[in-house]
Amino acid sequence: MCLGVPGRVIEVKGWIATVDFFGVQRQVSLQVVDEPVAPGDYVLNHVGFAIRRIPEDEIGETLALYEQLIELAERDDLMAEDVRGELAATKSGGGAE
Amino acid sequence: MSRDGRRIEMRHGAGGPAMRELVGSLFARGAPMGIEGGVGLGALDDGAALRLGERWLVFTTDGHVIDPPFFPGGDIGRLAVCGAVNDLAVMGATDVLGLSLAVVVEEGYAHADLERIQASIEAACREADTRVLTGDTKVMRRGEIDGVVLTTSAIGLVREGGDPVRDAGLRPEDEILVTGTIGDHGMAVMTRRHDLSVGAGDGELLSDVAPLNGLIAAALAAGGPAVVAMKDPTRGGVASALHEMAQKSGVGVVLEEERLPVRPAVRAACELLGIDPLQVANEGKALLGVRPEASDAVLAALHAHPLGKHARRIGRCTATRVGSLILDTGFGRRLVTESEGELLPRIC
Amino acid sequence: MNDAARSPLSFRDPARARRLLDALAHLCAGRESDPLALMHVCGSHEQAIARFGLRDVLPKGLDLFMGPGCPVCVTDAPEIDEAVRLARAGIRVTTYGDMLRVPGSDVSLAELGGEGAPVEVVYSVAQAVELARTSDEEWVFFSTGFETTAVATAAVLLDDPPANFSVLSAHKYIPPAMEIVLEMPGSRVEGFLAAGHAATITGWGVFEPFVARHGRPVVVAGFEPLDILAGLVELARLARAGEARVVNAFPRCVTREGNRRAQDQLWRVFERVGGRWRGIARVPNGNLRLRPEWSAWDARRRHASVLSGRVARAALPARAPCRCGEIMAGLARPTDCALFGRECQPHQPVGACMVSSEGTCRIWHQYGGRPDLGDAE
Repeated sequence: MCLGVPGRVIEVKGWIATVDFFGVQRQVSLQVVDEPVAPGDYVLNHVGFAIRRIPEDEIGETLALYEQLIELAERDDLMAEDVRGELAATKSGGGAE
Repeated sequence: MSRDGRRIEMRHGAGGPAMRELVGSLFARGAPMGIEGGVGLGALDDGAALRLGERWLVFTTDGHVIDPPFFPGGDIGRLAVCGAVNDLAVMGATDVLGLSLAVVVEEGYAHADLERIQASIEAACREADTRVLTGDTKVMRRGEIDGVVLTTSAIGLVREGGDPVRDAGLRPEDEILVTGTIGDHGMAVMTRRHDLSVGAGDGELLSDVAPLNGLIAAALAAGGPAVVAMKDPTRGGVASALHEMAQKSGVGVVLEEERLPVRPAVRAACELLGIDPLQVANEGKALLGVRPEASDAVLAALHAHPLGKHARRIGRCTATRVGSLILDTGFGRRLVTESEGELLPRIC
Repeated sequence: MNDAARSPLSFRDPARARRLLDALAHLCAGRESDPLALMHVCGSHEQAIARFGLRDVLPKGLDLFMGPGCPVCVTDAPEIDEAVRLARAGIRVTTYGDMLRVPGSDVSLAELGGEGAPVEVVYSVAQAVELARTSDEEWVFFSTGFETTAVATAAVLLDDPPANFSVLSAHKYIPPAMEIVLEMPGSRVEGFLAAGHAATITGWGVFEPFVARHGRPVVVAGFEPLDILAGLVELARLARAGEARVVNAFPRCVTREGNRRAQDQLWRVFERVGGRWRGIARVPNGNLRLRPEWSAWDARRRHASVLSGRVARAALPARAPCRCGEIMAGLARPTDCALFGRECQPHQPVGACMVSSEGTCRIWHQYGGRPDLGDAE
C-alpha cells in the first residue's frame, strides 16, 4: 500500500483533485481532507485520498524542530524551562490553520 | 516417465535467479564454457563468441513478448532489433552483420499494426547500420497466442585485434559505469498498464529503447582492453545485471545512490508504485566495468555520443562480500537484491 | 539529478541526517550490552528504514524493531475463509494485491484456481466500486488495512455506493495492539514510534491515555529519513530520561486533534470490536466492523446465507518452526526463524509475515535478509 510522496495540486474539480508528484499526475479524492484545497497546495495522499493539506511554512518549522531535537539530545542535563516551553509550543500547535 | 511435478512459473522468465537456475540446469546443462577460447553456452553470457579466422564472431538470439506491443517511446519491432544488437554490442561485437527475424502472429491481428512494427524494424536497423537478412513467418489461431511474438538472432564482429568482452571480467577496484538514465523502459510500460497520467516535457515517461553499437564502439575505442566487462541491464534491471557480473567475476560491488542517474518522472513513478529503479528494465543502456586508470577516458567518449550524455560512474568493485551488491544510500548502506519474481511481467 | 532531495518537501539531507545520527549515538551511549528497546508499528517505517540503509548506521546501543504493523499479516484465517467462501459461491471478490496469498485455514484466495468467481486485485477501494458499477453481479470488496486505509473505505460507502457492492471488513485499529504487546511476557519495549500517517487521521491525542496508563513515551514520526531519525532521537531522549509523554515529531501533517472530518466519516461507518489478530491472539477493540446501519453494504449481513453454517476455526498454528507470531509481537527477528530465507521465501511463503509487502520478514528478505548488512566487511 503505497503511502505516496506529498504532491502538489494542479487542478480541483468538485471532489477530485489532479495532483502532481514530481511530474507524474494522479487523481485524488478530496472527500476526506479537512481543509479546502486549492491549486498550488501540497497534500498528503493515501490510497487515492488526500488526507491532509500540508502548509508550506510547516517545512521550515519542521526542520527547525529537528535542530532543536539535536541540541536537546546533546545536552546531558535537564533542559532549561524556556527551551522546554518553546518545544511544547512547536509540538502542540503544529498545524498552522 | 518423469515423476517431476514442477511447473514453470512467471518468475522463470524474469531475468533473475530463478531464470538462471532454469537455463543452467536445463537448456544449458552440460554446455561448454567456451570453444577454443571463445564464449560458449555454458558461460550464459549475452551471446556466444566463435573464432572466425582473425576475427571474433558473436552470435545471439532474443525472444520478444512485450505487452503492450506499442508503448511510449517504441514498439515490439524496435525492441526486437535493439535487443539483439545490444546483446552483441555488450560482447564487443559492434559491427552487426545482420539479423534474422521470426514472426509468430495471432489470427486476426491488424495488418496496419504489422506495418507499423515493420517500419520500426527498418528504422532501428538503419540506426544500427545493419539489416534483416532472413526470416520466418507463422500464424497461430485466435487465442492460441497473444498478438505477436518476435524472435531475432544477430551476428556481429568484434573490432580487429579486439577480444570479446565478457560479463565476468571484473576485478576489485574496477569502476562501474552506466551509459545513461535507468528505469526508463520499465516505468514507461508500467504507466501504460496502471493508467498513470504523465505531465508533458521532462515529466514524460518514455522507453529508452535504442541500438547501442555505435556508443559502445566509441567507448571501446577510448578504453580498449581496459573495458573488462559489459552487460545490458534488461529484465531485472541494473540489480540483476550487476549481480550476475559480480557473481561470475568473484567480486562485490558497491553503488552510490546519489550517483545513479534517474529521471525525475521515473523516480516519482517508482515511488508511487513502490518499485526500486535498480530493478527496472532498461532497453537502451549498458553497464561497463572499467579499469580505474581508463574510466575518465571512457566516460568522456560516452559523453561525446548522443546516447551517452547522461553516462555516470556509479560504483566500484570490492574484494569483500563477493557476489553481493551494496547500495550506499547517503545515510547508510544496504543490500540490493534482485526482484524475486515478475515485478513487471512481459516487460521485454 | 536527484530532484527529490532538492525538494523542500523531502527530508533526505544526508548532512542533517549525520547530525541526527550523532545525537542518537550520544543518547544510546552506554547501552551497548543492554540496548534501548524501541518499537515501531508500521510496515512503511520498516520499509523506509531498510530502504535508506538506516539499520547499517543505527548505534549499537539501540534496538529498533517492528511490532504488529502489518495489517495483512495480522488478518486471521477465519476472515480469509469468509472471502474464500464468497468467491466459491460465485460472488465477485476484489481486494488489495497482498491479500491474495495469505493462507486461510484451507486455501488462500490465490489458490482458488478456477473455482467459483475470479478474484480481482485493485489498487484502491474506489476502483473496487467502479468495477461493481460495470455489471449486475454481486461484488464484495475484501477490505484490509489499518485506520488510515479504513478512512478510504468509509468515504466510499458514504458516497452513494451501488446496491450490488458490499464490504467484507478486516480492518484493524492499531492503538489497542500496542497495549497488548506491552502485556506479553518477554516484552521489553521502552518506547513507541507511532506511524505518522495514521496519526494524521486520529491525531496524537489518542496516545495520551496510553502513555498515562503504561508509562512509556510515544513519538509520532513521518516516513522520510530525517523524520524517522528525528523521531528516534526524541524517543530515545524521553525513554532514557524516563519521561512518559507523547511528542509529535511530524507537525507538518499531525495535530493533536487530527483530521476531524476523516474521523467523523470513519466512526459513522465503522465500530470497534474485539477479535483475533493472527499470531497475537485476542485484541480488544482492535477490529473494525461496519455499524448495523450499513448492513445493506456489509458483506457479512448481505451474504449471511453464504457465510453462515460451520463456524471457521482460527488458524491452525503455523508449521512449528514458523515464528511469525513472535516476530509480529516484536519478540523475535526474522533472522531468528529457522525457515527465513530457506523454506520460507516470498514466492513460497510459510507465514503471513513473508506474504505482505508490509511484513517484517518480507521486507528483510527484500533487502537481502540483513538490513544491517550483518558482519562488517
